[in-house]
Amino acid sequence: MITLEHYLTVASVLFVIGIFGIFLNRKNVIVILMSIELMLLAVNINLVAFSSFLNDLVGQVFSLFILTVAAAEAAIGLAILVCFFRVRGTIAVEEINSMKG
Amino acid sequence: MEIAALAFYFFAVIAIISAVFVTLSRHPVHSVLWLILAFISSAGLFVLLGAEFLAMLLIIIYVGAVAVLFLFVVMMLNVDFAALKADMAKFLPIGLLMGIIILIELGLVFGDWNFASNSLELRAAITPPIEDIHNTQALGLLIYDDFIYLFQAAGLILLVAMIGAIVLTMRHRTNIKRQNVMEQMSRDPSSALELKEVESGKGI
Repeated sequence: MITLEHYLTVASVLFVIGIFGIFLNRKNVIVILMSIELMLLAVNINLVAFSSFLNDLVGQVFSLFILTVAAAEAAIGLAILVCFFRVRGTIAVEEINSMKG
Repeated sequence: MEIAALAFYFFAVIAIISAVFVTLSRHPVHSVLWLILAFISSAGLFVLLGAEFLAMLLIIIYVGAVAVLFLFVVMMLNVDFAALKADMAKFLPIGLLMGIIILIELGLVFGDWNFASNSLELRAAITPPIEDIHNTQALGLLIYDDFIYLFQAAGLILLVAMIGAIVLTMRHRTNIKRQNVMEQMSRDPSSALELKEVESGKGI
């Protein structure tokens, strides 16, 4: 019998792998964006699992909106990346210091 | 073991393994392909949870749009990925440490927890029985009735993101021939045509 905890375990492992990926690929923005997508996916699994086990559809609606925001975020992030690559010729995160922030 | 449990373990293990390979792959194209596998197996998990519409949405949006966008960007940028990967081993211990710490914290949280006693009364939209209304229809009734403003706001977010991406990446190149519609439309015979009297036996 698969319980809610099984799904929560999968989601938390996926979330931690996402964080791990951000630490591991400190220089490569593309893989960092992919890791963020993984973390959003883990959150979606959590929401859908609770929605399913509590019989409340609002969780799935919320997951839908997270999907929307994730798609918008990926598009904008990659656009900024392409823009930055044109200016600097590299995508290494550590060299993004032109704003002296 | 029943078939549903078997399917759950199948999809869960594939999702986790492909997520690990997303972070560890040598080349970002491989990472994107592993990411697609992770999304597809998560869609399988969603189907097991009875959220078919979201599963299809996950495949259409993530695999169809986001992953392809990633692939295009990886292939368009001429980046030396080997150099970016070079000191991955340097960050491995700290990454593992943080990952394990966060996993332990999450484990502590859901090692001992309960639903609130009134959680079942607090539900905002109880899922109708699957015999009456299937998932997609129930979700549609909810989105277009109760959440119509949020739905419109989501559309607005996508519109703004689209405009932003276009504005950020559009490049106005000089030294190429461009069509000027206004100029073409405002031409008339008096400015476009010139009549010359050509004498016989001579050119212009």
